[in-house]
Amino acid sequence: MGSHTERTSALVLRVVAECPVSKARACELSLPHGPVHTPVFMPVGTQGTLKGITVDQLEALGCEICLGNTYHLGMRPGPELIKKANGLHGFMNWKRNLLTDSGGFQMVSLIELSEVTEEGVKFRSPYDGKEILLTPEESINIQNALGSDIMMQLDDVVSSTISGPRVEEAMHRSIRWLDRCIKANKNPERQNLFAIIQGGLNPELRKKCLEEMTKRDVPGFAIGGLSGGEEKDHFWKMVTLSTDDLPRDKPRYLMGVGYATDLVVCVALGCDMFDCVFPTRTARFGTALVPWGSLQLRHKQFAKDFQPIDPNCECATCKRYSRAFIHAIFKTNTAAMHHITIHNIAYQLTLMRLVRQSIVEKRFPDFVRSFMSRMYSGKGGYPEWAVEALASVNIALE
Amino acid sequence: MKLDISKVVNGCRLGSIRHLGKNADQVLDVPGCILYTRCGAAPHLTQETLETIEKMPAVTQVTLSTLAEHQEVLEDYKAGAASFLGVPNSVLYCSLHDPASPFPTGFMTNKTVSVWGSGGRIEMTPSKFMALQAAVKPDWFQSMADGDTSGQHTSWKRVRKSVDRTLVFLDECLKLQKESPNLKNSQVFGVVEGADVLEERVRSAQETAKRPVAGFVLDGFQNHTMSKELQSKLISAIMAELPDDKPRLIQGIGRPDDVLDCVEAGVDLFESFFPYQVTERGCALSFNYSYQIDPETEVLIKNNIVNDEVAGESCTEVLEGQMTSFEMDLKDKRYCDDFSPLLHDCSCYCCRNHTRAYIHHLLITNELLSGVLLMIHNFHHYFGFFRSLRQALQDGHLDKLKQHLVGQRCLDPQKT
Repeated sequence: MGSHTERTSALVLRVVAECPVSKARACELSLPHGPVHTPVFMPVGTQGTLKGITVDQLEALGCEICLGNTYHLGMRPGPELIKKANGLHGFMNWKRNLLTDSGGFQMVSLIELSEVTEEGVKFRSPYDGKEILLTPEESINIQNALGSDIMMQLDDVVSSTISGPRVEEAMHRSIRWLDRCIKANKNPERQNLFAIIQGGLNPELRKKCLEEMTKRDVPGFAIGGLSGGEEKDHFWKMVTLSTDDLPRDKPRYLMGVGYATDLVVCVALGCDMFDCVFPTRTARFGTALVPWGSLQLRHKQFAKDFQPIDPNCECATCKRYSRAFIHAIFKTNTAAMHHITIHNIAYQLTLMRLVRQSIVEKRFPDFVRSFMSRMYSGKGGYPEWAVEALASVNIALE
Repeated sequence: MKLDISKVVNGCRLGSIRHLGKNADQVLDVPGCILYTRCGAAPHLTQETLETIEKMPAVTQVTLSTLAEHQEVLEDYKAGAASFLGVPNSVLYCSLHDPASPFPTGFMTNKTVSVWGSGGRIEMTPSKFMALQAAVKPDWFQSMADGDTSGQHTSWKRVRKSVDRTLVFLDECLKLQKESPNLKNSQVFGVVEGADVLEERVRSAQETAKRPVAGFVLDGFQNHTMSKELQSKLISAIMAELPDDKPRLIQGIGRPDDVLDCVEAGVDLFESFFPYQVTERGCALSFNYSYQIDPETEVLIKNNIVNDEVAGESCTEVLEGQMTSFEMDLKDKRYCDDFSPLLHDCSCYCCRNHTRAYIHHLLITNELLSGVLLMIHNFHHYFGFFRSLRQALQDGHLDKLKQHLVGQRCLDPQKT
């Protein structure tokens, strides 16, 4: 910890180590609710709770930052109530850092009847049918009430699978909305507003957006509009193009990415922060994540499998329970979901810790090779896109 | 297993059970309860969350209705259910049915008894039943029983048949136990049947007591179709036939006022499905079980104005979903901005860390954590109630506790 007397934002990033081969880096982020060691995976606690896990369990797992969703929390219980509870931290009693999204993504993805205008996103509430307009100012207003350590700007989200003038319009609008969000932030000294780079899968638009947004003095940047079903080949090229132009002294958050392979590859491409509902959602459907892929524990083949999910895992689930036990109780006891959720969060966080350690110890490329070989052995080779993406940052897979 | 009764007050037995089974150090105090589980694991809870609960019962209940479908798995596993469940040191009591899930009537025969699991009905002969027990390897288990008599119009003939069958099943179980090395150290609890027929209850108790059982299970009181008076009369009649040095466990009784009535009739052990049922309806136990009440509160209780949590419930709300006056409904809108803990003087993990407003939000949004936090609180509160009950017995203040509980019951229209 140094002395940071003249900071204009509530965030300090210290680059701890950089991989001499790839773009990977290990940083320490100082945030209002404690340090965050990157690369970091942030579990998603949509409605002010992490899916059956207590805040003590989440802390014990080593989680330093998790997400809340502005759209959901803004609807229920609403920003006024959370404000009265001393923000989302107080409401859910979480002592460490929180990141909230802008609410825009959910509106476009969850609600069919939404309409985007220059003013904001207009939609009909699924709870009472009332028409609501989410402007950049209102999004920040809600996020100010939530009191998250990192807030996201409202952006104009378009599907990553479309192209044409709508993508360009969304990119320009996202820049204008960023300015409105910066202006609306009432707590810049304790709430960090991140910009979101848009531009679809068009390199020119991405570059233009990067150029404009990096002119603004925001504490961090997110790479948005990806991970929406686009070709992986396009995905990684947009990621690497973005990190090339992002400032070294600010965090880079790749939104909506959480598959193990994607995490490792995108760390190599220079990203620091990730979030995804996948590890916790898939847990509730019975799938446990392991270094060689995943196990669908509801499947009959695990009924008599008395090993832990991963014999090398140190989590509370693996230390005590077997695959067969979780299989047996899955239908009758929600604890089965909690056991897998704990394991999956532990898996994600451990993976990122190992990634970080290898970067610090200057052996990240070797880590990537052994990770990939474990994940894909006996599966008919590596995915083409990952091989290419890694090669682009000088990591060759044999 | 050894039961020491240290004190008997007005029929209430205070004592402790030692040498519980595989874990020689643990003691189960009576009157007390055993830990309710779903498929062997506490509902909603992992070991970490379970361990936050104080005064955990020393004995865990598992049920054949949830374990029967895993017989092959347990047989392959060999080391018994406790190890399989990840709690190798816990003392297991294996009962037939899940006390929180009523079973359909009309499936018991002279030769078989059925249980219902997630995959449907499983029919068991005594040998299948004992094979299952050998796979589960419980420290205690309930003998096979035909308890299908709790319907309202069960004929005297049917009741008699259930007593006869249950005795035959018991003899079969005891015989088969001798041949099973896995069950050498397990203790058998004989089951007293007889529905609402006094003579049959007495006969069942007398005959069961003649057999070499370690304890007794009182079955057939779970459906609450009989009057309180009749129930007390039947239980007292049964108790008169049972030896003093063996524990008596009653099935299907969970409400704190009912528990107290049974304790006064001489019952030692209860299940803890009640806090689970309260959890499942989105409620938190809120009754006051402290019998050392300050004078001010005492006046309020006399005037039927009990603590705010209970008194707050209006009678119409109490009627919904079998809610009792011992709990508060956290789904109620009035809690949406209530930043106090569920109970002010509660030391459970939930009350130390979270507010009513947060639990309300979790319930309204159907979040899994609501079940976790309410289960922690409700178990914690329920186990605290039993501790207070024993303390009151010890101090000779059971009447105070009873008055206090009855005062809280008065608000419940189902009981008045």
